[in-house]
Amino acid sequence: MKRPHLLRSAASAGRFLRRDKKALIGSIILFVLLVIAAFPSWFTPDDPAAEVYNPGAGLSWAHPLGTTSFGQDVFSQVMAGTRQSVMIALVVGFLCTILSVAVGVTAAYAGGLIDDTLSLVTDVILVIPTFPLIIVIAAYTKSASFWTIVFVLVVTGWSYGARQLRVQALSLRNRDYLLAARARGESSWYIISVELIPPMTSLIVANFLGAALYAVLAAAGLQFVGLGNVNTESWGTMLYWAQNNEALSAGLPLWALAPGIMIAILGSALALLNYAFDEVSNPALRPVAGRRRRKAVA
Amino acid sequence: MRFLVRRVGFLLVTLWAALTVNFFIPRLMPGNPAEAILAQFHGRLNPSALKAIEVALGIGGHQNLFTSYVDYLRNTLTGNFGISFSQGNVSVASLISRALPWSLGLVGISTIIGFVFGTVIGAVVAWRRGGTMDNVLPPTFIIVSAFPYFWVGLLSIWLFSLTLNWFPTLGGYTATSTLSWSWSSFTDILSHAVLPAFTIVITSVGGWILTMRNNMITVVAEDYVKMARAKGLTPRRILWQYAGRNALLPNLTGFAMSLGFVISGAILVEYVFNYPGVGFLLLQAVNNEDYPLMQALFFLIAVVVIVAIFISDIATALLDPRTRNNR
Amino acid sequence: MSTPVLEVRDLRVEYSTPAGPAEAVAGVSFDLAPGEFLAIVGESGCGKSTLLFSIAQLLTYPAETVGGSVKFDGVDLTTLSPEELRQHRWRDISVVMQSAMNALNPTLSIGAQLADACRAHTDWDDEKIAQRSAEVLEMVSIDVTHLKSFPFQLSGGMRQRAMIAMALLLEPKLIIMDEPTSALDVVAQRSLMRQVENLRRELGFAVLFVTHDMSVVSHFSDRLAVMYAGEIVELGTTREVFDRPRHPYSSGLMDAFPSIVGAMKELTGIAGNPPSLVDPPQGCLFAPRCHFATDECREFRPELISVEGHAVRCHLVNPRVVT
Repeated sequence: MKRPHLLRSAASAGRFLRRDKKALIGSIILFVLLVIAAFPSWFTPDDPAAEVYNPGAGLSWAHPLGTTSFGQDVFSQVMAGTRQSVMIALVVGFLCTILSVAVGVTAAYAGGLIDDTLSLVTDVILVIPTFPLIIVIAAYTKSASFWTIVFVLVVTGWSYGARQLRVQALSLRNRDYLLAARARGESSWYIISVELIPPMTSLIVANFLGAALYAVLAAAGLQFVGLGNVNTESWGTMLYWAQNNEALSAGLPLWALAPGIMIAILGSALALLNYAFDEVSNPALRPVAGRRRRKAVA
Repeated sequence: MRFLVRRVGFLLVTLWAALTVNFFIPRLMPGNPAEAILAQFHGRLNPSALKAIEVALGIGGHQNLFTSYVDYLRNTLTGNFGISFSQGNVSVASLISRALPWSLGLVGISTIIGFVFGTVIGAVVAWRRGGTMDNVLPPTFIIVSAFPYFWVGLLSIWLFSLTLNWFPTLGGYTATSTLSWSWSSFTDILSHAVLPAFTIVITSVGGWILTMRNNMITVVAEDYVKMARAKGLTPRRILWQYAGRNALLPNLTGFAMSLGFVISGAILVEYVFNYPGVGFLLLQAVNNEDYPLMQALFFLIAVVVIVAIFISDIATALLDPRTRNNR
Repeated sequence: MSTPVLEVRDLRVEYSTPAGPAEAVAGVSFDLAPGEFLAIVGESGCGKSTLLFSIAQLLTYPAETVGGSVKFDGVDLTTLSPEELRQHRWRDISVVMQSAMNALNPTLSIGAQLADACRAHTDWDDEKIAQRSAEVLEMVSIDVTHLKSFPFQLSGGMRQRAMIAMALLLEPKLIIMDEPTSALDVVAQRSLMRQVENLRRELGFAVLFVTHDMSVVSHFSDRLAVMYAGEIVELGTTREVFDRPRHPYSSGLMDAFPSIVGAMKELTGIAGNPPSLVDPPQGCLFAPRCHFATDECREFRPELISVEGHAVRCHLVNPRVVT
């Protein structure tokens, strides 16, 4: 029972990627970034931290994106920074998704008081403005390490997904095939893991992507204002240093813009894939063949 | 009515949760920063500033946790936030009341503009399904909405201010002038507000467009829209009264939920532009380790979000007859 | 013979699917006389609802009318522009849909939805609109105070009756009904049908009624059409089709319904499944399931041929004339 469904999903995922241009572009970008993150040394012609070059230099073959006011090569820095951002995206995305699924599905399946309590907690966390909260937490821990940031982002980011998954799980819960499984005497674990979760796969994946996107932007924001560890290499900290050295007015716009472009690229890839998976869950959103322009209503 | 009562109850619970979280964070962090902070500042500050920290962190003396908590709640709810030692020992409350109008103006207006634009564009795009707009806009805005707010701010500064010189770069108003109820002040403020507002609108509008478009697509497929066509109503009436009205409802709920996200972005935008609002104040407080100010601001932001959500709940109740009676 | 209120000729509708176009309505033709009640009966997926919405010009992507004509009072609706079409809507042809819960705008009151239709087609003032709305509600036995109610506040039966009231607003010549009784219990069904019948007798509109349950229409319809895989396979007076079904599919359908009176018969179904609409069989569409199919049936598509006012699409009933 389990095997075929997963294999079927994998096969349809492949077909889906080939068909939907958005998903294709998103996946390609993501793949490239993953490679850069895994093997940064392939892409960094110079040591990113070495302050040996001519500071404030313009574009040249040696320094495709110029240098910083400290004399570092911007291009190498940008490439080296990929790893942190990608890692945060993946780790936070993964942990958030697990939490969302656990809370959302439990609430929907258990119902009653458990559902009410979990939903209340979810909604409260959802309402409390997370970024100020993150700022406050990060401020108390001074220079936040990677894992602190991850912890903070996960704790504040799981609630949106939990809400979405709960709604879908609720709609599935009363479907006949689940009632049939219960009548057969299957254990709750079986029902949840084999019958309830697989149909929600595309929503879960969409959630993962959404959480990853949130993590990238929030982490970058934190680092930008100096709340991350300013001595690591990441896009956010590059922006921090650039901002603090007035890169824009000093005629070194690329120092500030390049890391931002990378964040935007990673973010776009995640957003495109997220949207593509939304379309999988809701077929009505899929692109309409516009052979000739159709209005929704005649 | 019952619906609103339930919502008010929920929002009060959330407010309480925000307060409690605010109280416990310094205590729960490893190394108990609350005590450490107090010890650190002990010799350095005058008594009233120390008192401010105690009020903010709810510690001081050797009270037990519960009494401190109650004191803290009482202080916060009566507006006694203490003194900000990093901003010249002014009372926190007055600092906040000075900064709040700037944020409310900038963020409030930008969010409303973004929401209205986004909703209208989303509705129209979905209406012309399969047209050029429908094929081009969604992917474009998916990408744009993934840009970090502060980077778009930086980009606008570089492009429109430094390079093209159309708008001033930083601040809410020209630093050297004084504000007054005059036309020149007004235009000054306006010109300083354009870029930050533009940043917020551009980054958030994509989200509204996409949500509204998706809702519209679902709604347009509903039977009552088909029925409206069968009745021979004008397309305009169908678009707004039948499709739009029903698609807007989940959008309003979504608006409330994403408000937190918009505010987060707004904080960074204020930072980038040095706009003298609440977000900028918060980040200054963080950099200066001004905890009373920080805590008060967090509480305030939570209150603003909660109030905004309540307002959108009222709007939903007004538009959707079902919520008025049933829930 | 006065002009038929509806003349459908060779209507074809296709759905675009990933596997190619599926022909949901494969060349349907029939006439409807003024004041006549024609019921169209068939299993799920036979194309009857699609046919209905195609006639009413209400199809949307992925469905599309690809051929044929629909003449209302002599005017071909398929050739009209959307604005011209709009003029005919509701005034001449109104629609009653299957699920009133879904067909009524949840955020507008009943009164507002009735007023909508009035304002779109007439220049009545508010007073006249209110008066007419009250009139139609009374016709279907709904209390006038419900003009202010919202759809969710009414019971299922009431909502369905409200839809019928709405359909009567502008005194149309033709009312199209898509399984309006499916969502109701048996008693409510009967009551609704009686009401429709009384109104029809009084006001004289024609009815095109689609259902998968023929017992609902058996006492009310003048003529009965049986549909299969997008084609009409039998069309005749209700009594004739019921008592003496000629097409193998029709008789299969009749046999599938147990009768309360008379001897107990063994229930027989119709084995097999409807054909693929993307890749239909070359010959008769029913041949794969038909007990009596011959080679000729499998090779040549039968035409709908009318003999003494009773039309059947079957080689065995109306043998092919080979020229």
